[in-house]
Amino acid sequence: MSERDVSRELAPVKVTLDVNGTAHRLEVPAHRTLLDAIRDDIGLTGTKKCCADGECGACTVFLDGRIVNSCLVLCAEAEGCSVGTIESLSVGGLTDLQEEFLAAGAVQCGVCIPGQVMAAEALLQTNPTAKPAEIREAMSGNLCRCAGYERIVAAIQAAAKRRGSSR
Amino acid sequence: MTADPVPPERGAPSGHGAESYRAIGRPVTRSGGAERVTGAQSYLTDLVFPGAAEVAFATIPVGCAEIVAVDTSPATALPGVIAVVTAADLPPSASRFGISHQDRPVLASGTVNFHGEPVAAVVAETSDLARAAADAIEIEYRELPGVYNLADALTSDARLVQDPSIRPRDPLNDTNVLETADYAWGELEPEQARTHLIVENTYTFPMVTHFPIEPGGVVAAPTDDGGVAVYSPVQHPYLLQRIVADLTELPLSKVRVVAPDPGGGFGGKQTPRYEPLLAFLAIQTERTCRLVLSLEETFQLMRRSGCRIAARTGFTQDGQLTFHELSADFSIGAYADVAPRVMTKGSYVGAGPYRIPVVRVAARAVLTNTTPSCAFRGFGAPQVSWATESQLDAGGRQLGIDSLEMRRRNLVGVGEAFICGDHEATADGRWHESLERAAELIDWSEPVTPGRGRGIAVGIKPGATSGLSQSLVRLLYDGSAIVYAGTSDMGQGARTLWQQILAEELGVELGRITIISGDTDVVPFDLQTSASRSTVFMGNAVLEACRDIRLRVRRLYAEATGIDEADLTDSPGVMIGPDGAMPLVEAAQAALGGLRGEFVGQGTCRLRGVQGHPLGGDAAFYEFNCTAVEVDIDPDTGELLLTKHVTVGDVGTELNPLQVVSQDEGAAIMGLGHTLMEQVLLDDHGRIQNLGALDYRIPTFNDVAIEMVSDSIENNDGPGPYGCKGISEGALLCTSGAVGAAVADAIGVQLRDLPITAERIWTAMRAADARSAE
Repeated sequence: MSERDVSRELAPVKVTLDVNGTAHRLEVPAHRTLLDAIRDDIGLTGTKKCCADGECGACTVFLDGRIVNSCLVLCAEAEGCSVGTIESLSVGGLTDLQEEFLAAGAVQCGVCIPGQVMAAEALLQTNPTAKPAEIREAMSGNLCRCAGYERIVAAIQAAAKRRGSSR
Repeated sequence: MTADPVPPERGAPSGHGAESYRAIGRPVTRSGGAERVTGAQSYLTDLVFPGAAEVAFATIPVGCAEIVAVDTSPATALPGVIAVVTAADLPPSASRFGISHQDRPVLASGTVNFHGEPVAAVVAETSDLARAAADAIEIEYRELPGVYNLADALTSDARLVQDPSIRPRDPLNDTNVLETADYAWGELEPEQARTHLIVENTYTFPMVTHFPIEPGGVVAAPTDDGGVAVYSPVQHPYLLQRIVADLTELPLSKVRVVAPDPGGGFGGKQTPRYEPLLAFLAIQTERTCRLVLSLEETFQLMRRSGCRIAARTGFTQDGQLTFHELSADFSIGAYADVAPRVMTKGSYVGAGPYRIPVVRVAARAVLTNTTPSCAFRGFGAPQVSWATESQLDAGGRQLGIDSLEMRRRNLVGVGEAFICGDHEATADGRWHESLERAAELIDWSEPVTPGRGRGIAVGIKPGATSGLSQSLVRLLYDGSAIVYAGTSDMGQGARTLWQQILAEELGVELGRITIISGDTDVVPFDLQTSASRSTVFMGNAVLEACRDIRLRVRRLYAEATGIDEADLTDSPGVMIGPDGAMPLVEAAQAALGGLRGEFVGQGTCRLRGVQGHPLGGDAAFYEFNCTAVEVDIDPDTGELLLTKHVTVGDVGTELNPLQVVSQDEGAAIMGLGHTLMEQVLLDDHGRIQNLGALDYRIPTFNDVAIEMVSDSIENNDGPGPYGCKGISEGALLCTSGAVGAAVADAIGVQLRDLPITAERIWTAMRAADARSAE
């Protein structure tokens, strides 16, 4: 690869997006993923990077209200979008869901956990009375190598119960 | 943060139950948990290193080749490139390194010995520039006939993975066998006479990779005092410090290892690999150098050894084992890492926890041109257990005795030897209780639904055979405390346990205890975080430090108050004097008086090895587990549905039931990985074909049993604090054996190759149908 190729590949693009309610104007290479932009350009490292393939779910964020694997979205594609990261959840302290993750023993090494919490939050918003089988299916894009799956399902059920009773 | 302090509803009541403790046995939530659920926990790649340069590697797309020439000039010419380094650019001190064998080069030198082995490293201003420059390096190579599997490696004319000059004094250096282990006891002849049935089979266990959700990475920085700081999420910071110090010829005091909490280790983050290279790059460029590996590169960094086990087993008519012969070959990869130890230790317990008059185990660590294998949860035991457990079932099936009954008849009782000879090993737990509990939990006595099958198996693993953990505890004036303990908290929750021990022994509130680990500049020596040792070893060291503090408080309190020391008694959390009991932290404050200050306690747990012992010493404890599963097989597709998965561990004492269940379930599900789906596949050039998460499947939420039950037996009979044992590996030791037995029960055919995929089940069912049609 010649010098010119590299510099062309790395030519920056301008992107404006909203992250957790704050507007950001970035100049990033065209190939920069939303994940890397969130972590490296904006400096929010709560969103984790593992497979960079869209298989593990560690980088799950809300994009205009729906969860996505941020490693599969280019930063430039998020132009004008609203992004919600794990940091947005616990501004006022731990959420009920986060508390239940702790109480259920769902947290081991913890790298997958922000993505798990985001996916679980999305599930509870769309299906607040999810049964265990539905929870497993909805969460199956989020890998946990410590395999806290049983604990995570228990945590989601407990959070759903809390939300149901407070409704 | 503490959970509701109610004794857990797990298992049978303890010998002396949790109710007698204030903090031990409680489901205390994870120290560092809040940070982990909010994303605030900083793993290596979350740390900010201002001005750091980025590192990328140049590799070639084959598993074995002679490096003919490396032209780095196209890379050097690129903008933002700080340095391009090959083996020739490293100082003479950058020799081969390793734990037991000094065989791993800092950078590939002369040959590439496995797919992904770095040939050159680029240091550049950004990761994009580093990657582009690494891709621009022109490597001329000549592919060599590498040996990528056991069969090829063991042929008489096989290419040698390691040149004999790497291990000049080794009589086996003209073969690909790096080490052997042989265990034998008993006389075969008399046992053959009472043998009614002989079963002979060969089993295989796949190469699998750790797949930590935090991929690998290293940062190295020159320090102001002429030394180097290495940041790496390792399980063994002190081992890394020693190896970097040796290679850079720096004193230990000038090599600082900072180990952020690993984002999953499972054994894969124990030994140094690229840290020495990064240290050289930092010293050479006088820059902070950062290497962040992709998950694909992490696959090329760590794996479990694959294994082929030939087994020949004798039984009496009523199912008693008469003899058991095993020949186990471990495919360990291109460099030793700790794989010879994995082979030695895994095959040591190869015959299982059984009463067997005659045993012959012959195991070999075989070099292949593949990713160097390393420690991985279970440490060689799951591989051999797969064969031994399956042999028991194969015998039982022919004798008409079920899996549970086979184990009832052969499993040793407490104190009974399961390894005989000069260095006998005896059962350090009442293992039959785990077996019976698991049988009960899977409803073994109830008939199985048609189309389903049930299996039960047991597994053991020796804990650490030597060790040293040192800790410091500071009880501060205000009744808060700081613990310095070098255990890496990689998910097992070590910090939580140290908090619980302090809360128990000193009466300090859990939320007022800070744990410092992962910094060799600050924290005293700890040998390693491995073999499920930490709760026992570091736990005892922390316990001793607490008791040291209690002693000091009593002495100083006596001195400060004039009360005779003999009239004072220190007990957990409390000081008892002539006027009654007072909280220890209050006594400490009174003793310290107006000058304030603090108490410093020190604790050490040391287990020396035993000369001449085949493992270098007796295991501090054994992990014992019984796993029982029920499966449903789709007769049309071979698809396996796990309907129930029971795991019961012999844990001694549950210091924290929440963490025990997390570790136990986690190990059990990880065991499903190599049992049902995981395998690293190579092509004819030694390239990993399923490199990355798209093609390498690990268990997901949907792969866990419909019903999962984790339970434990508590007899308070372990060598750790409050009678605990290590517990983090047990539940994957015999997963394969249990699932294999259940599949055989369901389809009538025993499978002997892992993973047990739907394709293999379908093929086995069709072959059986064809046989019965003949």
